[in-house]
Amino acid sequence: MMNFDLSVPHVLFLIFWCSMHDSELAEKMSKKGKNSSRSAKLKRPITDTQAEEDEKFACFSEETSHVDEDSDLSDSEESVFSGLEDSGSDSDEESFPELKLELDSGEGSSREDEPDGSSGGEGEKVKKDLKKSKKKLQPKSQTLSLKKVANEEKEGENGNLEHHSKTAQQPISVPKDEYEQDTSDEEDIRNTVGNIPMEWYKDYPHIGYDLNGKKIFKPIRNKDELDEFLDKMESPDYWRTVHDKVIGSDIKLTDEQVQLVHRLQKGQFGDVNFNQYEPAVDFFTHETMIHPVTNRPEDKRSFIPSLIEKEKVSKLVHAIKMGWIKPRRPKETAPQYYDLWAKEDSSAILGRHKMHVPAPKMKLPGHEESYNPPPEYLFSEEEKLAWEQQEPEERKLKFIPQKFSSLRTVPGFSRFIQDRFERCLDLYLCPRQRKMRVNVDPEDLIPKLPKPKDLQPFPTTLSLVYRGHTNLVRCISMSPSGQWLASGCDDCTVKLWEVSTARCLKTIKVEGAVKSIAWNPNPAFSLLAFSVEQSVILLNPFLGDKIVSNATDLLISSYVEPEEEKSQSVKWVSSEGEEFNQGFRITIRHPKHVKQVTWHGKGDYFASVLLDNGNMQVLIHQLSKRRSQCPFNKAKGLVQCVSFHPLRPFFFVATQRYVRVYNLIKQELTKKLVASCKWISSMDIHPGGDNIICGSYDSKLTWFDLDLSTKPYKVLRHHKKALRGVAFHKHYPLFASSSDDGSIIVCHGMVYNDLLQNPLIVPVKVLKGHEITRDLGVLDVLFHPTQPWVFSSGADSTIRLYT
Amino acid sequence: MTHCQNSFMHIYVNYGLTCCIFTPRRLCILKGIYPHEPKHKKKVNKGSTAPRTFYLVKDIRFLLHEPIVNKFREYKVFVRKLRKAYGKAEWSTVQHLRENKPGYKLDHIVKERYPTFIDALRDLDDALCMCFLFSTFARTGKCHVQTIQLCRRLTVEWMNYIVTSRSLRKVFLSIRGIYYQAEVLGQPITWLIPYQFAHDHPTDVDYRVMATFTEFYTTLLGFINFRLYQNLNLVYPPKLESPTEELMTSEYGEDYAMGSESYLERLSSLSASITHVIPSKEDDEVQLDEFPTEGEDANQTELREKEKQQAEAQLKLFEGLKFFLNREVPRESLAFVIRCFGGLVSWDRSLCIGATYEVTDETITHQIVDRPNVDKQYLNRYYIQPQWIYDSVNARLLLPVEDYFLGVTLPPHLSPFVEEKEGDYIPPEKLKIMALQRGEKPDELNKEDSDDESSSEEEAIDTDGNEAQEKNRRQPVHKEVNVKKLPVKVTAGKVRVQKVNVNQEKAEEKRLAIMMMKKREKYLYDKIMFGKKRKVREVNKLAAKRKAHEETMKAIKKKKKSQK
Repeated sequence: MMNFDLSVPHVLFLIFWCSMHDSELAEKMSKKGKNSSRSAKLKRPITDTQAEEDEKFACFSEETSHVDEDSDLSDSEESVFSGLEDSGSDSDEESFPELKLELDSGEGSSREDEPDGSSGGEGEKVKKDLKKSKKKLQPKSQTLSLKKVANEEKEGENGNLEHHSKTAQQPISVPKDEYEQDTSDEEDIRNTVGNIPMEWYKDYPHIGYDLNGKKIFKPIRNKDELDEFLDKMESPDYWRTVHDKVIGSDIKLTDEQVQLVHRLQKGQFGDVNFNQYEPAVDFFTHETMIHPVTNRPEDKRSFIPSLIEKEKVSKLVHAIKMGWIKPRRPKETAPQYYDLWAKEDSSAILGRHKMHVPAPKMKLPGHEESYNPPPEYLFSEEEKLAWEQQEPEERKLKFIPQKFSSLRTVPGFSRFIQDRFERCLDLYLCPRQRKMRVNVDPEDLIPKLPKPKDLQPFPTTLSLVYRGHTNLVRCISMSPSGQWLASGCDDCTVKLWEVSTARCLKTIKVEGAVKSIAWNPNPAFSLLAFSVEQSVILLNPFLGDKIVSNATDLLISSYVEPEEEKSQSVKWVSSEGEEFNQGFRITIRHPKHVKQVTWHGKGDYFASVLLDNGNMQVLIHQLSKRRSQCPFNKAKGLVQCVSFHPLRPFFFVATQRYVRVYNLIKQELTKKLVASCKWISSMDIHPGGDNIICGSYDSKLTWFDLDLSTKPYKVLRHHKKALRGVAFHKHYPLFASSSDDGSIIVCHGMVYNDLLQNPLIVPVKVLKGHEITRDLGVLDVLFHPTQPWVFSSGADSTIRLYT
Repeated sequence: MTHCQNSFMHIYVNYGLTCCIFTPRRLCILKGIYPHEPKHKKKVNKGSTAPRTFYLVKDIRFLLHEPIVNKFREYKVFVRKLRKAYGKAEWSTVQHLRENKPGYKLDHIVKERYPTFIDALRDLDDALCMCFLFSTFARTGKCHVQTIQLCRRLTVEWMNYIVTSRSLRKVFLSIRGIYYQAEVLGQPITWLIPYQFAHDHPTDVDYRVMATFTEFYTTLLGFINFRLYQNLNLVYPPKLESPTEELMTSEYGEDYAMGSESYLERLSSLSASITHVIPSKEDDEVQLDEFPTEGEDANQTELREKEKQQAEAQLKLFEGLKFFLNREVPRESLAFVIRCFGGLVSWDRSLCIGATYEVTDETITHQIVDRPNVDKQYLNRYYIQPQWIYDSVNARLLLPVEDYFLGVTLPPHLSPFVEEKEGDYIPPEKLKIMALQRGEKPDELNKEDSDDESSSEEEAIDTDGNEAQEKNRRQPVHKEVNVKKLPVKVTAGKVRVQKVNVNQEKAEEKRLAIMMMKKREKYLYDKIMFGKKRKVREVNKLAAKRKAHEETMKAIKKKKKSQK
């Protein structure tokens, strides 16, 4: 109570003084003094009696008058802050005056360019502080009439606007009659909207209601940004002007108010004279007094054991008995680390340790990872670009090498933790495997073969080129004596060459491209068979021994037509006239184009292959009887080439994938060889007759040993392109293959008489010379019958001899 | 198909391999169980080729027998109870639970995984990397503060051991961090320390996995440290030898940290040596007996001797030198390296605890500086850049300081881990260092440096060495001919032709033989040859790049000269 009594006059005085501050309003002083005293009265608790109030009232008025006369600053200051002191000291009272001063929201940005630096700064501080204090203080606490006072100041100063002044005046006119009824001084009596956000009135012309329920209209704010700015630049009091939202007008703070704000800001008491550090007087003293503080006798319950506690204890005891509560664990005293491997015994190494694959260690860094690597390890622009375009997994280096001029400039590695994490993942998620690394010397892989030098003779060098053809030379054939060479060409000629001089002896014009040519292998005949379009032509070249050629002519002319004409699919026509003079003897007309002609070793039979799908793909002709027959009833695939066995009555038919061996006497299939290639192009039989080589368009050469199996004994992938021709040598253990890659590969292919020994195949020479034209290289290859020479005809319209 | 008795895992058994639907990750990490790659993936995986992880049934059974599984379960129960108590706000229960918090130890797992000490040492690389990484983490949330502190403590202990035992061999400043390689009991151990910067923690990293690894690694490292300290007769945990301990605490303790922390700080400053259990005498090393070897091995033994001597010399590399570290250089790394090789080192008092002398000390021989220039320079000491220390350590000798002075463009820093085989590219700087190691005088080298052209010419010859070799081969032939007769062109030509022929023949023979290779062997051969060719290509590329670089540098130099 004491406290309270003291405080009242201060509060009152504060209000009063504030209102009186302006000298212009001096006349109104007494009136206001009354008003404010009334408002102060409201601060008392309701328990106070009316009488007391009246008493006090008198003395208050006295005081006010005193101040009025003096207008002493120090005095007034003291009183200004007394209200605050009151609130601070005691809590059982509604105390804290709220400073409901608000800043205009727009002001904040342009505040810095105030003319007076120091004052500006101060002002800013003050304003901010106001905001802060507002936040801190309870919004419910009473509003001090400071606001009102400020308002009144305004009224005096800028009455330039009618409306403004009106609204400002209103509160002055109102209080007189309202105070009798109103017991609360918590509200701002000028505006009765209460403690609500003022934005709610944003869209209305008024901002609330006065006590009579009349609208309080908003002051027309004619201040735009420019005015604001001018104010800021010119008005010296700008920094102490704040905007009150509740009444919607600006308030200029007095020096004292500013000072109050400053003190609050510093966390000091509002009253200058208040001593925070007064000596404390203990309520209880350390000295023993003769009288107890309370003289109340002890309760009974303090002598009787507590039942509740007993219950609790018994519960605990039960829990301990039942083992629900365990005693606290003893603190571990053993050291964290000790000699774990003090006794290493070999028995601890179990099988699983031997099986354990230790994780490989991290790769050690190379020069390129250095912070200052040699310049050659840095990326060039292209390398950098390539690195960036690669997938992160594909990159050989996981980082771009960088160069720093000094250790100081090296930054932290951004992917350090990721790298470590990836390593962790590798350690526990990657399957581990012992991988056998092949550590062989590549030289050891190369098979040890007999030296080609020891396998001589074989053709090594290009010695002769036979020129004269103008188109691809498709086929060549050798006379049995080895003296003459016949070649068939796409330029519709057959040329006969002397081998040793490369001279063209004869050129025979035919109607079409010559697909195949074959010299009669019997030295007793001088006959050349070649296929032109749909016919096979037998030609007597008149080369070499005259007797032989005459004998051949005789033999052909001695043919007598049998009585009964056989119906044959082919027509045997004897040549006459001009053709006869050229050497043409017989023309055998086929129903289809003829692909290949080949002689039997005895020289009487020859076979031709037709371009056909039906059963008439292969025809066997007998020269002496001028008879042709079709050996097969059914077509078994597209026949590529055929060949007679050199010694025995076997007939080889190569289709696309198989080589079939027929016995001509028994007229049955004896063997079916499976060539492991896609498309057979050519075939040749070893002079011994037990081995076959096949060339294929998928650049493979397959060697069959008929005694061994139906599968190839060896597949050679020497060429890079399709094989066109293969050939065995008649005497030497040699064979050659020609291919579209323009090369001829001569291999040593030794076939032993001993059946236990497999043939030995050694490549001995790669011959080159033919040029590739129109993607075709060497079309046909042929050995000299006696010498280790090889002939080849190519797409570059030449024939070459290698010796 | 078998279901394990324990419900936390379902295993499908097939051919001795299992595919775990849920692997107890933590257990696998701790026990070092890793998956296996089945030989026939399709067979095991029921015909599917989808990637799955397979474990051996044996391994999983082995996991289940681990007593720590029960401990984990206990801990799980504890967490559940604690959560419940928290939810009910039963604080006394919470306290009681916390007091009885179940713990577990990994000692037996360490022993089981590494039955011998050497095994443990072999696997130390990752442990060290991880602990060093964790010790650099900020103490904010990513893992327990205790873990970070423990990692720091263990790594400091490790570094102190390395310093005391002088077992550091190689250091490499990479862009990732600093690599160190030490040789402990004959085992090379490499670890990587990141540069001292705050980590920006990536989001795609599972810290739980890393924490589990770290848990195991700290246990392992602790035991290894203990054993190593014991081997050297050192006190574990390490104690500083300096008698002025109290004095130092009184001096700095207040400035730096609390008593408990300052001790570790001082230990980590590496400035003082640590105490032995038995005070050591200077020369108590046992002289090893030398066994006489047979004549064949004489060369080898000589080489070994030489290497040994070099290694010993390396150990005393910085002995008698006094270093001072400026504040901009990485203090811990440099102090560690210098102390490992017997140098004395100090730094600014305000930089770190444990400085032993001031900048003003007249006896300082080298001051390590990493800035363009220094205001106040003392005459009787070298001002060098930090790379000198590292390069000297790697070269096993004190390199000439001229290349490392202030503001000088540093020579490239090379990796000491690269061991060049024949045919590999060797950067010219490495050649220079090798020459220095062989004992060639640096003066000659300097001369070579001074006339760049001659050296570059030599290099050019080196790069296309084949031609030069051929030339050399031919020249003696010519000479012989000259001696015999007047130079007759025909004879000389004949000789050459034959040689070429022989070579050609051989080449052709080889080519033909290669044609006859079996398919599988051919494939292998082609692969090997491809690899070789690629290597050669890379070497050539590097050499060409270097050449180009040198040419441009020369051009720039010339330009500058002409401008002058």
